[in-house]
Amino acid sequence: MPAFVLLTVLTAIRILSRNRLRAGLTMLGIVIGVGAVIAMVSIGEGAKAAVAQRVASMGTNVIIVLPGSMTTSGVRGGQGGAVTLTVADGMELKKRIPLLRDTGWAKRDVMQIVNGNKNWNGTVNGVSPSYLTIRDWSFSSGGPFTQQDVDAAARVALVGQTVAENLFDAGEEPVGAVIRIKNVPFRVIGVLSPKGQSSQGSDQDDIIFIPFSTAERKVFGTQFLGSVGALFASTERLEDLAPAASQIRDVIRVRHRLQPNQEDDFTIRTQVDIGKVQESTSETLTVMLFAIASVSLLVGGIGIMNILLVSVTERTREIGVRMAVGAKRRHIVMQFLIEAVTLSVVGGCLGIVVGVLGARVTTVIAGWPTIISAETVMAAFVFSIAVGLFFGLYPANKAARLNPIDALRYE
Amino acid sequence: MAALIRCEDLWKIYRLGDVEVQALRGLDLTIESGEFVAIMGSSGSGKSTLMNILGCLDQPTNGRYWLNGVDVAGLRADQLADIRNQQIGFVFQSFNLIPRTSALENAQLPLFYRGVPLRDQRALATEALRRVGLQGREGHYPTQLSGGQQQRVAIARALVASPSLLLADEPTGNLDTESSREIMAILDQLNKEQGITIILVTHETDIAAYAGREIVIKDGRVLTDRHTKPVLPLSHSEA
Repeated sequence: MPAFVLLTVLTAIRILSRNRLRAGLTMLGIVIGVGAVIAMVSIGEGAKAAVAQRVASMGTNVIIVLPGSMTTSGVRGGQGGAVTLTVADGMELKKRIPLLRDTGWAKRDVMQIVNGNKNWNGTVNGVSPSYLTIRDWSFSSGGPFTQQDVDAAARVALVGQTVAENLFDAGEEPVGAVIRIKNVPFRVIGVLSPKGQSSQGSDQDDIIFIPFSTAERKVFGTQFLGSVGALFASTERLEDLAPAASQIRDVIRVRHRLQPNQEDDFTIRTQVDIGKVQESTSETLTVMLFAIASVSLLVGGIGIMNILLVSVTERTREIGVRMAVGAKRRHIVMQFLIEAVTLSVVGGCLGIVVGVLGARVTTVIAGWPTIISAETVMAAFVFSIAVGLFFGLYPANKAARLNPIDALRYE
Repeated sequence: MAALIRCEDLWKIYRLGDVEVQALRGLDLTIESGEFVAIMGSSGSGKSTLMNILGCLDQPTNGRYWLNGVDVAGLRADQLADIRNQQIGFVFQSFNLIPRTSALENAQLPLFYRGVPLRDQRALATEALRRVGLQGREGHYPTQLSGGQQQRVAIARALVASPSLLLADEPTGNLDTESSREIMAILDQLNKEQGITIILVTHETDIAAYAGREIVIKDGRVLTDRHTKPVLPLSHSEA
């Protein structure tokens, strides 16, 4: 039997190479189908990885609590419109919920920052020291401010990569320099390591951190002392995110004296929720890719079936001769199936090459990240075998069912 | 000695639309091992149908057919394929070589389906080609060979599996006189030297003259059956 299969494969290759143009055109459907799938999947996977990286850049096991809308006489303002969250809320959370590793808070405003003759409009964040650890900010030079800085409302600042690039000349050391935020002088004590785009697509490095107390008292001119833009918390383990989030809700509802029939005046989001939104986007993409793949492989498969049916008719006499000298039905079935699979596998391999090249070209020209995984390539390969088998079955059976006498007499 | 072929009351009825065609009507036939038989008859006499049944390509509608003592009627398609592969060699009027495939590979074909190792296939096919005088032409394709040479490849293909029966359906029908003579000489030699039973269908009397027995079929029955050459005592034991 192995000799039979080997020889049949060789015969199939020879038969197909007799008619190279025809075999090539037949394979084209599979080549394009597999190529498109590989290219699209690698673009999809690249996008997915980029999204996952952005979600990860938020920090580790992060929960964000945002102030909710404020309802005034039945008119609901937008999210964050209310100043309902306070530093006291944040401290209470830390005290009441053991699951939380850390809590922090932040308040932001866009302000003009000046260094010498350069200026930049950046987002200034007044934050608690813990905020920096929750969000996993690290430093390319210098270091963070401390609780003492917060207590003393020290005028110290941490600058993000984008801000540093815009305020300082190349080669100029930001750490130790004095910049002005809304005309208040601040000493730069650290430059943050870059994080890149956020999951919403904004530049996370266009940022300045100053101690929360300093921001409140010396820069923002806050109306309600102690109100925050958002509370941040983190848990030790990923599984703790959901229970911690629900405990946070309970604690804040009690502190805000909300009745059971009242809506929350805040919104809680966990890193997992944010990841899920991104995942569902990429799932939609995957479904679409799968649809494209199915259609193109279907078309390719029909092409193979069509050409094999032609081939069976052309070679009716040959089939008759083979039967006369002792070929059984399964021999004939095998012969045509192997031809079909040879076509689809050669097509599939070419398609893989085309797809990989296509992905590379996309990365080079459009700058989109692409990932070609071994699984994708294997799946494409297995799929092309399956297409060959599936669409070869009908012609092969048609050939095997020929009556040897009629086949021998066929003109 | 048991007969190689024994047919009793063979019937073959085709139905073409509403018309019923009785191709064979109770034909009886016995052929001993080692005979060289010519079957003659006008077209429509039923001789092609008989050849198809004898070659196990077709089954009779009614009646019995024993080949080498085995009752062939009622065997499944795969079993018939095995019998054709091991016991029967075919030579056709139109050669029926597989196109764009070398003489050697054409001659290997029955061994290929028998599952013989490739090396043995090559050796046996080379030997078969040598026996029909085609040594040195193993790599030639059918289009590079003359009609007579193509028919010799076909004979090599029929021989390669050492069949006990060789069925030749108008083997010289597409050949010129010279090639016809060569082909018949080869068949004659195979019959005499190797004792292969040959059944030859022809309508040319000079071709039929190579055989030792001439059977004329008419209307699906044997019309005449006579020995044209003295029967070799070895292969014939009845009167």
